Amino acid sequence: MAAEGHGHSPIEQFEIRELLPINIFGIDASLTNSGAYMLVALGLIVGFLYFSTGGRSLVPTRLQSISELLYEFVANTVRENVGNQGMQFFPLVFSLFIFVLVLNLLGMIPIPGITFTVTSHIAITASLALMVISIVIFYGLYKHGLGFFKIFVPSGVPLALYPLLIPIEIISFISRPISLSVRLFANMLAGHIALKIFAGFIGVLLGAGAWAILAPLPLALTVALTALEVLVAVLQAYVFAVLTCIYLSDAVHGSH
Amino acid sequence: MAEKSTPPRAGVGHDVQTSTAPQGEAHGGSTFPPFNSETFAPQLVWLALTFTILYVLMSRLLLPRIGEVIDERRERIQRDLDTAERLKSDTDKAIATYEKAFADARANAGSIARETREKLDAKVAERQAAADADNAANIAAAEKSIQQTRTKALASVDEIATDVAGAVIKQLIDADVSASDIRSALSSRTS
Repeated sequence: MAAEGHGHSPIEQFEIRELLPINIFGIDASLTNSGAYMLVALGLIVGFLYFSTGGRSLVPTRLQSISELLYEFVANTVRENVGNQGMQFFPLVFSLFIFVLVLNLLGMIPIPGITFTVTSHIAITASLALMVISIVIFYGLYKHGLGFFKIFVPSGVPLALYPLLIPIEIISFISRPISLSVRLFANMLAGHIALKIFAGFIGVLLGAGAWAILAPLPLALTVALTALEVLVAVLQAYVFAVLTCIYLSDAVHGSH
Repeated sequence: MAEKSTPPRAGVGHDVQTSTAPQGEAHGGSTFPPFNSETFAPQLVWLALTFTILYVLMSRLLLPRIGEVIDERRERIQRDLDTAERLKSDTDKAIATYEKAFADARANAGSIARETREKLDAKVAERQAAADADNAANIAAAEKSIQQTRTKALASVDEIATDVAGAVIKQLIDADVSASDIRSALSSRTS
């Protein structure tokens, strides 16, 4: 629909479009462009990791090196932030990292009328963040029982300060999923809106007679912003993974 | 959003909020797409589906596959390093053995040379001694024979002197003097 005439709204790129209506027990499970992008991401990730490691050669091929670098990178991140007991969460962190990374980057590939960034939707980022926090809470309770709630009690602080500090700790804990999801969502959203606006300027200037001479300015800016957005896409995926590790560390190690 | 007949989605027959951009005026008062709760359900369904599949494949298949290769390589490198270490120590041992053997051989050669020299010295000394003894015997024998010859000669001289003295006396005084008298007279003179 972006095609028809009014395709200049910077918001349009975030619209969810239905591709295949599906309804399961009254739940709208239609395949949308969002769902399709997730399927593509899934296919790319699995396909790449599967075929790049097909040879399992001791001296890795280039593609195998990429897979191994990703593996080692995430594994080190988990090990550094959670410790060796945290390695049981490695598949989770790796899945989160690679999923967010590929979805972010797929959103950077411009395909007119189709390009869509799954992670620019709060529903997606909030679900991932809630999943992480739920795992932290459930694993923490499973591992430490009610002692898990000691993470709200800062150690080495006079009793008198507890009424003040405990609410603060609780609020900071609750705000984690919010900040986790909003950070990713807002970064993706704002970046893509900025890109679209500056790219739109090019067209506007070109169509404005003599002003067309200024068109290269927003073009240059768009190129620069694109580079920045690629950086942000990678960085936000990493930040998501690192914060997940830090929160999991609370669950694994109990009170801090 | 129920089923739509046409791809250009628009909350057909639904309340207005369904659609984010109901034609024309685009984003007038319509919902900002990420906050349109109508789209949450399909997003979440597919998120749950794809992420679950991803997680299962990751934890069961892909990550173990990559991890295996990395571990195998690490082990292989460790093994190779160990082998190198072992070979190095073997080499050191071999060098030590060789050096010891070399030193032994040198010491051995020295002792053999010394022994040989001593043996030869002993033999030389022995021969020398034998030769010396021989010479001494020869000299003694020669001296003895010289002594005998001289004694014999001296005895002959006495006899000759006695004979000469007898003849001389006979010529001078024409008297026969017995040989024994002359001999005793001679020996008394000489002694």
